[in-house]
Amino acid sequence: MASEQMTGAAMVIRALVDQGIDVIFGYPGGAVLPIYDALFGQNELRHILVRHEQGAVHAAEGYARSTGRVGAVLVTSGPGATNAVTGLTDALMDSIPVICLTGQVPTHLIGNDAFQEADTTGITRPCTKHNYLVKSIEDLPRILHEAVYVATHGRPGPVVVDLPKDVLQAKGAYVTPDKVEHRSYRPQVKAEPDRLEAAVELIAGAKRPIVYSGGGVINSGSEATRLLRKLVHLTGAPCTSTLMGLGAMPGSDPQFLGMLGMHGTYEANLAMYSCDVMINIGARFDDRVTGRLDEFSPRSTKIHIDIDPSSINKNVMVDLPIVGDVKHVLEDLIALWEARSKSLDQKALKAWWAQIDKWRGRDCLKFEQSGKVIKPQYAIQRLYELTKDRDTYITTEVGQHQMWAAQFYKLEEPNRWMTSGGLGTMGYGFPAAMGVQVAHPDSLVIDIAGESSFMMNIQELSTIAQYDLPVKVFVVNNQWMGMVRQWQELLHGERYSESYMESLPDFVKLAEAFGAVGLRADDPGELDDKIMAMIDTPKPVILDCRVEQAENCFPMIPSGAAHYEMLLGPGDKAAKPISEEGMVLV
Amino acid sequence: MRNGRARKAKSPVSPKIETEIEKRIIAVLVDNEPGVLARVIGLFSGRGYNIESLTVSEVDPDEALSRITVVTSGTPMILEQIKAQLGRLVPVHSISDLTREGPYVERDLALIKLVGSGEKRVEALRIADIFRARVVDAGHDHFIIEMTGRTDKLDAFIELMRPLGLIDVSRTGVVAIARGPEGL
Repeated sequence: MASEQMTGAAMVIRALVDQGIDVIFGYPGGAVLPIYDALFGQNELRHILVRHEQGAVHAAEGYARSTGRVGAVLVTSGPGATNAVTGLTDALMDSIPVICLTGQVPTHLIGNDAFQEADTTGITRPCTKHNYLVKSIEDLPRILHEAVYVATHGRPGPVVVDLPKDVLQAKGAYVTPDKVEHRSYRPQVKAEPDRLEAAVELIAGAKRPIVYSGGGVINSGSEATRLLRKLVHLTGAPCTSTLMGLGAMPGSDPQFLGMLGMHGTYEANLAMYSCDVMINIGARFDDRVTGRLDEFSPRSTKIHIDIDPSSINKNVMVDLPIVGDVKHVLEDLIALWEARSKSLDQKALKAWWAQIDKWRGRDCLKFEQSGKVIKPQYAIQRLYELTKDRDTYITTEVGQHQMWAAQFYKLEEPNRWMTSGGLGTMGYGFPAAMGVQVAHPDSLVIDIAGESSFMMNIQELSTIAQYDLPVKVFVVNNQWMGMVRQWQELLHGERYSESYMESLPDFVKLAEAFGAVGLRADDPGELDDKIMAMIDTPKPVILDCRVEQAENCFPMIPSGAAHYEMLLGPGDKAAKPISEEGMVLV
Repeated sequence: MRNGRARKAKSPVSPKIETEIEKRIIAVLVDNEPGVLARVIGLFSGRGYNIESLTVSEVDPDEALSRITVVTSGTPMILEQIKAQLGRLVPVHSISDLTREGPYVERDLALIKLVGSGEKRVEALRIADIFRARVVDAGHDHFIIEMTGRTDKLDAFIELMRPLGLIDVSRTGVVAIARGPEGL
């Protein structure tokens, strides 16, 4: 069969459609006009016009994380590409599969400082998993298919394809995905059998085991989640999760200890400190999780399952590295566990749980809602209670509200929680929610936001208006960059330098200006009604929830401290001054 | 580096207790495609790893494969990270830690330009002969010596040439290959 002839621009659309992509988030410009022309008058690929390229990438991330599929972005050359850089870095840090097509000036102008030229492959090299500059139409179909393959295989990540305008206008032969195979990239997905044998022996010998699961479980797919739950239930071990991994283990499961790390629960962090066998499944010993490294779980034997060998022994030396995809590794591990009829020492396990229950008894997330001011924790707890039985997706911005959301919004399913973990990108949550809503038009999509973060990508109100996306923005408004303020209070002598948010807009009027619905809650007594009104409004809604301004997020492991040096509340503050060394850390 | 002592390595921010800094020769087989060298170098600079020398050249035109030889130093944990991070780059086919994986042959090539005449010139040529270096170009008042060998041998030779009219040196950096019948 003779291969089909078409322009580069038509090929781009065709390749995306053949790869199963049905939505692309983008913003036009001179260099990508041929692609926009090809988009015109076709129905297979839906284009969502964002208001800023950063929003396009976060929207694609939201789409990808809530569906388990690849997100797609289309931006123009120069400023279009540079505006996408924050989103790309975010996707790289959180291992989110995104394909980002960038326009480029024609090949003969590259290097000439042409209008809207930027060295896109140079700029995005360190913030993508891989990138390509397409120099001829012959390479185009292969590169497009390869880009999707690379983005979605192994540890997922963003891939940029830079497309010079002359390549988009040239005609060439299209090649279908089945004819393209990457010449060398074959990530290891199955673990070596001897490692699995060793893992089974280690786990079976544990007296104080803990499962520490991360975003790798979510990325590996729903089967991986099922297997994680099975392993936890089979062994009876407690399980904690990173910020990225929330939802893999149900938040309500009695064996789930909540999130660990800097703002994790007392029981999760002390269990990590005191365990004798740690089973890390798809997490990466991030500094927000480990705290002070020389005091991180000092007496445990550590098993680390990860698809990326460079995550192993990067921060923490482990005893048993297992390279592979979580789904495959857990499948084989559980099969072996069952074949060997293994079980844990029940007496030891009982004692371990008794200890954990003691820690749980501290009720580290306790707060008191009294008086006429809404506590931020209460706001999120009520939001949780009123939305938990619905088909709900949660995104967050970055800061105190994000940590409170992680603590108080218990997730029962994977792919329902979209938050910027690694990069900590303020302004992530709102465009991400937009992407989630595009993928799940009938679901309830809520961005739990801080007012300062929300301001960073607020222009996307126009996008949600255009596409009738009924996204709900739940603004936990304390009029501060709350986490900055908290650190200034605890670490910088209460000198609140530039962290107060002056001149905030009237969010209710702002919502109305964009054709959305604005609501305000000032009083704890009216909070439930306002949340219900938000849920019941079939339009985009901003709920400006005015909360206690001075509230801090606890528990907290101060930077440079160990897991057992956790501050449980304001009273703990003076217990131990933060060391010079700790002040340097962020 | 000119005088051959490994630059006092400023260890990258490492969470582990400092251990001995080691030097390694790492060979990397990569797709010969635009930007591949920038990826490798960017990885080293972005993560604060040391590069003592780095060479690259196409070695298989039919398969479009290039080989990069990089001499680096760090703690064992950092060195393991370097290899793992290199392995993550999509165009990388294989990586070999030649220093650790067994015997290997390493060579460095230097072109050394000297000016002068009379006794200094005679002395320089005499030493070049002892070191089995070759004169590859000569004029009335200058000449160029080519020398191949291990890095330390080149270092020693260049030190000897310094008082004898050395004005310019160009070196390839280390290239290396494992002994034995296997390829990379």
